[in-house]
Amino acid sequence: MAARDETPSARTLVLDVPDWPGHQAGQHVDVRLTAEDGYTAQRSYSIANAADGGRLELTVQRVPEGEVSEYLTGVYRVGDPVEIRGPVGGWFVWRPAEPDPVLLVGGGSGIVPLMAMIRARKAGGSRVPFRLIYSVRSPEDGYYADELRTRARDDSGLDVAYVYTRRAPRNWPEPPRRVGVAALNTAGWPPELAPLCYVCGPTGFVETVADTLVALGHDPARVRTERFGPTGG
Amino acid sequence: MTGERIDDYLDGNDLAGPLAELFAVDVTVATGRCASCGLAGPVAMLRVYPHAPGLVARCPGCEEVMLRLVRTPDRAYLDLRGMLTLAIPLPA
Repeated sequence: MAARDETPSARTLVLDVPDWPGHQAGQHVDVRLTAEDGYTAQRSYSIANAADGGRLELTVQRVPEGEVSEYLTGVYRVGDPVEIRGPVGGWFVWRPAEPDPVLLVGGGSGIVPLMAMIRARKAGGSRVPFRLIYSVRSPEDGYYADELRTRARDDSGLDVAYVYTRRAPRNWPEPPRRVGVAALNTAGWPPELAPLCYVCGPTGFVETVADTLVALGHDPARVRTERFGPTGG
Repeated sequence: MTGERIDDYLDGNDLAGPLAELFAVDVTVATGRCASCGLAGPVAMLRVYPHAPGLVARCPGCEEVMLRLVRTPDRAYLDLRGMLTLAIPLPA
């Protein structure tokens, strides 16, 4: 059990789960907290790591006044027990046996299940080409920045492209903007290659990106989405 | 939880945990057909509104209610009247 900060407002919890059955990249767990008076609150969190015995990593974004995330990112201490149900979800998953190229498009904390896929690709020895487009507000808001830099260099067949929506790094070649046709065309795959597309982020982000991919010619059945709502507090 | 907008929604992926309590298979990968407009697609792609006293899942095409799930301490109420059919993949 351990915890590490990813950004000033996001924290990864490393949990040791006895009898964990293993999981697929993209699956999530439901975390339930119970107060002394019996009041319970439950939220879903994507699993961040590739399957690794009983080890489970969750990256939690602190939502202001979010009753579960404020506990997990602030009050929670290493060693405190948490109640977990899962792994659950079979739709937004990627399996290392899949032969098709993959496009991952993440917005903010929506990177978490996509990171599990990137990690599972390497762990499973897959050579399927992956492209990640990661939309963040500013350079400080990106999760897993060091690891993504290293993997983009060392994991053969992985491309990583950032889109900054509010403030870009110094000397960045373009002004802040949202993920649109240009980014999806430049850093994504042509629809003719029939990639599997995974889009995860806030509802508006997911709607826009998925609609744009379909408009560019991608098969809607191959565009899988997962929305992180502000209800995820 | 303050500051939520009621028009925000999640998706059927979030039904996986609550439905796993009731069913032996993962229902979110099943194909549901909307009783209102006939659109068919994975349950994972429904629009889920968690603000009600329960979970309300609507058709992404016509926004009619397809599934409602309310959990009490000792019972679950599942309303599927908006779901014409549910095609559940099973191992051959």
